[in-house]
Amino acid sequence: MLLIRCPYCETERPELEFKYGGEGRLVRPDPNAASDEEWTDFLYFRANTRGRHAERWRHAVGCGRFFNCLRDTVSDRIMVTYRFGEKRPEDSAPSPLAGEGGVAPATPDEGDRA
Amino acid sequence: MKFSFASIARQALSGHQGWPEQWRSPEPKPAYEAMIVGAGGHGLGAAYYMAKEHGCKNIAVLDKGWLGGGNTGRNTTIVRSNYLWEASEAIYGHALKMWPTLSQELNYNVMFSPRGVMLLAHSHHDEFAFKRHIHANRLVGTANEWLTPAQAKEFCPILNIDPGIRYPVVGAALQRTGGTARHDSVAWGYARAASALGVDIIENCEVEAIRRDASGAVSGLETTRGAIATKRVGVVVAGNTSVVMAMAGVRLPLESFPLQALISEPLKPVMPCVVMSNTIHAYMSQSDKGELVIGAGTDAYVSYSQTGGLHIVSSTLEAICEMFPIASRVRMMRNWGGVVDTTPDRSPIIGKTPVPGLFVNCGWGTGGFKATPGSAHLFAHQMATGEPHPIAAPFSLDRFRTSALVNEATAAAVAH
Repeated sequence: MLLIRCPYCETERPELEFKYGGEGRLVRPDPNAASDEEWTDFLYFRANTRGRHAERWRHAVGCGRFFNCLRDTVSDRIMVTYRFGEKRPEDSAPSPLAGEGGVAPATPDEGDRA
Repeated sequence: MKFSFASIARQALSGHQGWPEQWRSPEPKPAYEAMIVGAGGHGLGAAYYMAKEHGCKNIAVLDKGWLGGGNTGRNTTIVRSNYLWEASEAIYGHALKMWPTLSQELNYNVMFSPRGVMLLAHSHHDEFAFKRHIHANRLVGTANEWLTPAQAKEFCPILNIDPGIRYPVVGAALQRTGGTARHDSVAWGYARAASALGVDIIENCEVEAIRRDASGAVSGLETTRGAIATKRVGVVVAGNTSVVMAMAGVRLPLESFPLQALISEPLKPVMPCVVMSNTIHAYMSQSDKGELVIGAGTDAYVSYSQTGGLHIVSSTLEAICEMFPIASRVRMMRNWGGVVDTTPDRSPIIGKTPVPGLFVNCGWGTGGFKATPGSAHLFAHQMATGEPHPIAAPFSLDRFRTSALVNEATAAAVAH
């Protein structure tokens, strides 16, 4: 059972109150311009990161809002949660696994979608 | 050494002290004709069929841990083939046809027990979906039949068919040719048979990089036990597929989730079949040791932790206690998780990748064990000839671009 901090309610609550919202920062391609490959990538292909994973959660039985989360998918430790539209905060305590094989490095921050 | 009555008798006379190692543990050679990454049932089996049916003599199987230590050793051992689409029926049916003779084929007892797999329907919608599956299965010659609640209880006497429970049983789909097999034996049997045919099985050897030549084709692997040259690599690593394929810059339509199972204290025989319910995320069978083997649904989030939330198994046990009131005071001994690689259409991916010489067999999600012999056999064809076997052709990676998906979300049986 994860303990997740809702950045809107500003409180840590059990996972049961939340719904997982999938990988974050997926940007829908322009329907007038996108190729088959771009659509395929958007619809089906995922980073599936082993290590620091950027994802969304929804405080389903709380405030009902979606928010962003960085979580280590090896230890399941939640590094930080933050509101939509906010720039990703720096993770103050890096993953104990950082630097070991198989852990993806942090991707460059392009700013998370509101 | 061949297992036979005579060999057992001879060993009995010497107090069973003379059994040899079942497979060799060689040092890696500098180069191989082809290499398979991942020594689970699917990978070891592929190496076995490559050696036996395609004459590949200089091949190796690598694993970062010990063989059979991933999902092969963590699943709930269910074997069935009652999927919806013809392409699925062909691929799972290919495996189901191989199970009954696999012990003889490998000279190793995989304890295949076709005791019947019963999928419970709890609603009008379930009934519709299952009857559709039954009709589709019968059209392609796969046995699958509809049972009333009373017939379901006759087949599995400990089933609760009281219409007043939270999720009443309104019927069931029964595949009598399905059942269970001994998961570890499948890995060990393939390892032993492949090793006897000259396949090098290299354990505790993790792949660190995939080398490519100037044209972009695979030229070798860098591992924790040194660099090894090869022109063909098959990646069969289930939950870690995205991680290994990223070494060659290949993205995949996969997400890895924890899938949990648990096992009870041993009981006398109480359960003659496998019962599954995807509506309430639970399935159960009884092992030959007497333990109740129980499987849950996946956790909600991407994770490589090989564990999962206790609330997932807790809700599974609530469902089990309602379906099987006899289990309400049974103690659970162990609970564990595996990491399953799920695709958007819940069907596997077998075949080529955009990188020449790099092949993948993945995406079996929550139900790969049942397919082990068939998957291995088809992937061996892909690895040895470079082209997909006709049965595996619909399961290409390219189907996500062409939208020729094989949607088995209902048949997958595990909620995710």
